Amino acid sequence: MSSATSALNGATWSDGIATVTEAPLQGMITLRGAFSDAKVKKAATSVAGVDMPGQGQANCVETRGICWMSPDELLVLCPYDTVGTNIEKMQAVLGDQHSLCVDVSDARGVFDLSGPRAREVLAKLVPVDLAPDQFTFGMFRRTRMAQVPAAFWLHEDDTFRIICFRSQAQYVFDLLITAAQPGSDVNFF
Amino acid sequence: MLILTCPNCGQTGEETEFHAGGEAHLKRFGPGSTDDDFEGYLFMRENPKGVHFERWRHAYGCGKWFHAARCTTTLEVFGIYSAQVTEPPKELCDRITEKRPGWSWRAFS
Ligand SMILES: [Zn+2]
Repeated sequence: MSSATSALNGATWSDGIATVTEAPLQGMITLRGAFSDAKVKKAATSVAGVDMPGQGQANCVETRGICWMSPDELLVLCPYDTVGTNIEKMQAVLGDQHSLCVDVSDARGVFDLSGPRAREVLAKLVPVDLAPDQFTFGMFRRTRMAQVPAAFWLHEDDTFRIICFRSQAQYVFDLLITAAQPGSDVNFF
Repeated sequence: MLILTCPNCGQTGEETEFHAGGEAHLKRFGPGSTDDDFEGYLFMRENPKGVHFERWRHAYGCGKWFHAARCTTTLEVFGIYSAQVTEPPKELCDRITEKRPGWSWRAFS
């Protein structure tokens, strides 16, 4: 059996005003259903081990978490090698409740953009107000990053975790590098 | 710049995060309708200077549809409302009247 690898094999770049690192394989499960149903919430919280996030929020700790994707969609994060068993657990909780629960781990690329200038670099690429008092810890945002869809949250102080489609991982990596070129500080925030 | 706030996820973004879905509140005329009704449904669209009602989709965000009432000349957004209605809410029409007295758009005013 072949071994799974991330899109860019853990590529990293730190020659500019921020560091770009491809995160290791991250387990991701898309869960769709009515949030008003206790089973849907329980399916997510029981495998992620965090509380249900509010609208536009994410609760993420290391490789576990729940991201609020839309009024009927959650992205459940868990260690990559536990996805199979976690989906079985979630389906057992959901029972015959109308819902959808699917492994999307291999359909995504994940990057960390870090450093004191990370906020500024990201602000060059997304149509989102990233002022420190506007985009804060706990928020989760799906948006457009230059020409492709992306989602991100503040994973740690000065570190944004960014999710994109796997087929666009190279584009996103190159994009982040371009926005973080040496001497490209804006000094806005 | 046109700035919209999606009523489904609460995010505010500029136009490129969304996708325009054409004129709002079209009534579908299908098989069995008259030629005139069918032509109107397929081809006849409003092209106002001023108050306009449109469908938008939060394409790069939550992926959901919604309705927007805006001004085509100033890009002022009068209001955002649910996709699951066949006409704009009265409260919104009243607010538009305050800002653009005498406006009308198709059957609404
Ligand atoms: Zn939305």
